[in-house]
Amino acid sequence: MSNSHSENGTAQRQVVLKRTPLYEVHCSYGARIIEFAGWQMPVQYSSIQEEHLAVRSSAGLFDISHMGQLNVSGDGAAEFLNYLLTNDINKLAVGDAQYSLMCNERGGVIDDLYVYRIEPKKFLIIVNASRAKADLRHFFQQLNKHPAGKKTTIEFIAENAGAVAVQGALVPTFINFALDGVAAGGACVKKPDELKRNQIAYFVANNKKYWVARTGYTGEDGFEVFAKGADIVKVWKSINEVGAEYSLRPAGLGARDTLRLEACYPLYGNELDENTTPIEAGLGYFLCFEKDFIGAEPLKRQKLEGVRKKSIAFKMLEKSPVPRHNCAIFNENNDAIGIVTSGTHSPMLNVGIGLGYVSPQWSAIGTKLKIDIRGKQFWAEIVKKPFYKNPNLIK
Amino acid sequence: MTKIPENLKYTKTHEWVRADGDIAVVGITDHAQHELSDIVYVELPALGRKVKAGEPCAVVESHKTAADIYSPVSGEIIEVNAGLQQNLGLINSDPYGEAWLFKVKLSDPAELNNLLSPADYAKLIGN
Repeated sequence: MSNSHSENGTAQRQVVLKRTPLYEVHCSYGARIIEFAGWQMPVQYSSIQEEHLAVRSSAGLFDISHMGQLNVSGDGAAEFLNYLLTNDINKLAVGDAQYSLMCNERGGVIDDLYVYRIEPKKFLIIVNASRAKADLRHFFQQLNKHPAGKKTTIEFIAENAGAVAVQGALVPTFINFALDGVAAGGACVKKPDELKRNQIAYFVANNKKYWVARTGYTGEDGFEVFAKGADIVKVWKSINEVGAEYSLRPAGLGARDTLRLEACYPLYGNELDENTTPIEAGLGYFLCFEKDFIGAEPLKRQKLEGVRKKSIAFKMLEKSPVPRHNCAIFNENNDAIGIVTSGTHSPMLNVGIGLGYVSPQWSAIGTKLKIDIRGKQFWAEIVKKPFYKNPNLIK
Repeated sequence: MTKIPENLKYTKTHEWVRADGDIAVVGITDHAQHELSDIVYVELPALGRKVKAGEPCAVVESHKTAADIYSPVSGEIIEVNAGLQQNLGLINSDPYGEAWLFKVKLSDPAELNNLLSPADYAKLIGN
């Protein structure tokens, strides 16, 4: 047996890999550690399948401390962010959050991220671990160029911070017992389970303080907790202990990927890159053209003229090897029409699924495709997004 | 501790072999299935195919990796475990029993002597 693509970080690498505050905890729970974006992260504890199904049926606990965290504040912060980001920041009251994108001047995506208005003039921004450096470079470049930049402060707080995501249908049932403390900022709630989806609040307990947001990347209900590095271990342990009664499992990056793929959420580096626009990626909903933002002009043009490629979701129609990133896509006439950007075996549907880009004329739901996997072609079909939707998820 | 049955022979590429007269039964080891984790697809060789020792002739795939399986011996594929496709979990739960992958009619039984003993395999995987 050989590994045709394996993902170990071996001892021969010269690069020093970073560890989150939860690294020892992961090891003590028997996690398999891999390298991701320069970090040593757990890919699985027991199995990707088990952890994925735990999130869909009860609850899972993820370390997301590797993600970039920024505070952007000051009198100019809202105006500055509204210029850099595509979504309308003025929709956010204190305690509100939104998904947004940051584009270059061609309308290509620099990163996709979440913005939380934690104070009237202060925002928490969570960015992809793999893009933190590129994002900061862009932020600081623009700070010098934009007039509002003079009244804006950017602070990269991830160095001493940690974060976890607890996701799953049962999470609201126990979250209050896992996260104690008095509400002290953000949305006007007393307890975490009072947060509505896309809301965030600050809680202070006697031995820790943290931001709790009802957001996530799995397609299930759940919360993300942002805290100082020193406190995040206590947070993780508390959630794990309380959640155990509800069948909560620690879950790794493997399950994080299969979950977000079933929910059809994009992954930067796969569905998004600097040469792909939000419109091509099917994320036009998160563009606000009533304001000026970097990339607005080419995107407006693209809206009128049409896209060169369209994001699709496909499902394999036969038992097949797993469709993967970079597999070629053909139509039933054997024309090459696109490429797979993400693929996996879906634990819920028990079939291969994937996201990809195809020429717009071949992007209709129901279109039959052939996916080339390691030299052989297998039938697939374009389906409506998402692959999986929790019927009970309150929006 | 990974399982390494005493009655089998092994390869450097983590296959096991059970010699049954002039038939070799082949599968992947407990160590291999553990490394791969949940198996989601298996590709077995065609019946009648002639294989040489060391030739890749099957694929076992998990969420993260696709792994080539190499025939430990030369000969002809005379049987494959077709039922596995409906029950891939067996590869993880019973790699030495129900989850055999294919059977080879040996063209050169002496090749069995080139395979690793359980002790040699244990050393290889650092057991």
